[in-house]
Amino acid sequence: MAKIIVEVMLKPEILDPQGQAVASALPRLGFTSLKAATSVRQGKRFEIEIQGDPTPTQLAEAEQAAQSLLSNPVIETYIVKVEK
Amino acid sequence: MSFRVGVVTFPGSLDDRDAARAIEMAGGTAVPLFHASDDLKEVQAVVLPGGFSYGDYLRCGAIARFAPIMNSIVTAANHGFPVLGICNGFQVLCESHLLPGALTRNSNLHFLCRDQKLKIENTNTLWTSGFTAGEEILIPLKNGEGSFQCDDETLNILESEGRVIARYLDFDPNGSRNLIAGISNERGNVVGLMPHPEHAIETLTGPSTAGLTFFTSALHQLVGR
Repeated sequence: MAKIIVEVMLKPEILDPQGQAVASALPRLGFTSLKAATSVRQGKRFEIEIQGDPTPTQLAEAEQAAQSLLSNPVIETYIVKVEK
Repeated sequence: MSFRVGVVTFPGSLDDRDAARAIEMAGGTAVPLFHASDDLKEVQAVVLPGGFSYGDYLRCGAIARFAPIMNSIVTAANHGFPVLGICNGFQVLCESHLLPGALTRNSNLHFLCRDQKLKIENTNTLWTSGFTAGEEILIPLKNGEGSFQCDDETLNILESEGRVIARYLDFDPNGSRNLIAGISNERGNVVGLMPHPEHAIETLTGPSTAGLTFFTSALHQLVGR
């Protein structure tokens, strides 16, 4: 069993109000050492589970899906990787 | 002859009936279109209404873009077919790459519902030709993800080509770049707008009747063709 992982993050220049809200909530909720955090960015992670090792076709299609469906390249970047 | 304007219903659309009503009040014939069909039923323009689509999973409009009706609309729009996307419809147009940029979460994270003042910046598009340049209007705004975002290069292009059709006035509701409330494509046939003109066509239910002008603009232009 392997997983094709797609991680999607907002581009650095795109405002992330959810990340900002998390950043300000951390010290307030007792995670005081994280007050020093300069920023928090929130993203998405997709795990596509498959039988056996991914074939080149599966990897290529995962890449296509990441680019056209799972992320919006106008505001987001993505990485595709395999975990066993 | 009455002009046929399609209104697409996606799973989750809320404002399709109001949009249809606005089209009829403007003097057109509203034709219901369905997301799962690619049939445009010989309409001469299309409105993508507000509300939601396919649960707006992933991102708003991300899945609607793959609907069969959108294939037909994208092909037609690239040949000059008039399309107006309101709210979720604007998000669908961005996800379909008919318009640049993207709509993201409101900067204060709250769903917002208010009567919003706008300044009409471009009266050369099919959907705004009935306004006077610089006209100020008051129409409802209601969304959770209305913050218009794009890179600097796209923003410069939109501004230098006069493709910002409306800007928020007096109050920044969502953190949109340059207070952008609506934009058009290069040709001016595709317009996306975050606020809701279809809710401002009668004084009984809307804060003004200025919203009707978006619909009469398109109908007058179509008559002239």
